[in-house]
Amino acid sequence: MNLLEVRGLSKSFSGLRAVSDVSFNVPEHSLFAMIGPNGAGKTTCFNLIAGVFPPDEGTVALGGRAIIGFRPDQICHAGIGRTFQVVKPFPQMTVLDNVIVGALNAHRDVASARREARGVLERLHLDAKADHLAASLTLPERKRLEVARAMATRPRLLLLDEVMAGLRPTEVDEMVGVFRRINAETGLTILLIEHVMRAVMALAQHIVVLHHGEKICEGAPEAVVRDPAVLECYLGEGAV
Amino acid sequence: MTGAGPGLALRAKVLLAVLAVALVAAPLYTSDYVLSILILCLYFAYAGQAWNIMTGFAGQLSLGHSLYVGIGAYVAAMFFVKFGVNPWLGALGAIAACAVIGAIIGVLAFRFGVGGVYFAILTIAFAEFTRIGFDHLEWLGGSGGLFIPVASRHTMDFLRLRGPPVMFFYIALALALVGLWISAALLKSRFGYYWQAIRENEEAAQALGINVFRYKLYAVMISAALTAVAGVFFAFYYNTLFPEQIFSMGRSIEIILGPIIGGLGTLAGPIVGAFVLTPLADLVTELMELLGIDTPGVKQVFYGVCLLVVVVFLPNGIWPAIAKRLGFPPPGGHS
Repeated sequence: MNLLEVRGLSKSFSGLRAVSDVSFNVPEHSLFAMIGPNGAGKTTCFNLIAGVFPPDEGTVALGGRAIIGFRPDQICHAGIGRTFQVVKPFPQMTVLDNVIVGALNAHRDVASARREARGVLERLHLDAKADHLAASLTLPERKRLEVARAMATRPRLLLLDEVMAGLRPTEVDEMVGVFRRINAETGLTILLIEHVMRAVMALAQHIVVLHHGEKICEGAPEAVVRDPAVLECYLGEGAV
Repeated sequence: MTGAGPGLALRAKVLLAVLAVALVAAPLYTSDYVLSILILCLYFAYAGQAWNIMTGFAGQLSLGHSLYVGIGAYVAAMFFVKFGVNPWLGALGAIAACAVIGAIIGVLAFRFGVGGVYFAILTIAFAEFTRIGFDHLEWLGGSGGLFIPVASRHTMDFLRLRGPPVMFFYIALALALVGLWISAALLKSRFGYYWQAIRENEEAAQALGINVFRYKLYAVMISAALTAVAGVFFAFYYNTLFPEQIFSMGRSIEIILGPIIGGLGTLAGPIVGAFVLTPLADLVTELMELLGIDTPGVKQVFYGVCLLVVVVFLPNGIWPAIAKRLGFPPPGGHS
């Protein structure tokens, strides 16, 4: 069954078509990746799904329910958690409090939200930093905090926007392991935008490729990276 | 979180106990003059606490809190003077009026995406045109002022808030404590977490499921409602209300200096700030009199210098700098 259904999504910014007629399905419990060169429209696509701005055309459905026109907080209630490409921690709050804010989305009282938050921090190997101010974290830690907060909202679908960027290869492998385990243990569906191909190839069961706002290809990772259109958009015409 | 809690060192507990006893017993050993300064300290501690909820916790800068002090004062005074309603009931009217006004300002601002300094200007604008409105409201005395009949110093009518300074001292003390307790409870609750998240990053807060509009509105309404009570106290303590004074920008600034100097967004900040600034300002006034300097505005210059010193040397305020040394957990974390 498809958890996320995106149909004919389009968005222009003052004449520039950032996303053009993009359609794809994300099946429940899957690990999906969206790749494409810089400016391909990946983050815009995420923002359309997450309700940051409305699309010009197209529909988005989560679990068969249309979520177009929802505000970002309503989308979160509906079951989509997201991270931001440029991390947005709450710097003057502790790491634990950052995650409690997310956990309160799914918990009635602060005490149970705190328990949930501690569990999420453990999963993401941030528990040692729980009582530090978020402002004191390194960039890789901030990326993990971003993921922890989104996960604490108890989403059905997790949108990860370049959470591996800037990480060392060993850190990438560690994150890959974390997402694999979460997906395997909880069945959480994950859709990630990623430039780090090491992570994409290790994680994704299915890849959607965007270029100039259009979907140019999708399929299994091995097939996608050999697709002539994909090679062309990444490496130029001469490479094919 | 700052203030009372399980994480206190022995030093902090002893300090709190000594302060509590010293304050409760203050009328026994202080002069009327010192008592009047203590009353002012407690008043500003409470009003600062109320302002801190909106600006320190939720990050919505208000520079027009004199609006709520003034409305609170005028509503309760009106009920008392015109209809003979006791101030405790009048306070309920004042609270309701200020919550509604706060909601109106909040809806106007947040619906149309007015934030930051523009929001602050809006708060000033509302205070200013309310001042002008009251200047022309002859039914409530207009610019000539509204006066609450003063009873003899020796009567003690708690219900009608007519009594000696000692009575007002204990009411102010209770106010400051209740204000601290409400702030602490809010900070520990969903409200506190959501407000701080909104203050730190609105976009991220919204992505985590927070209805930003609603929670900002709650912050303004709760802050306004609490400030109304400060206004009621002000009215019945001073017995005279002039629109020119009570709604003035200067009054708003007086309220916010305490929390800023003490530690914005912390629970102890408004209290520490009030207890540092109020006596200092009076000390300067006294000193100037002793030295025979009769220049108007000296107090304001002094306030300005204090702000400068704190901003330069203690950018987070006094409390965050001394909390740990006194055995309190450092502000910033809840847990």
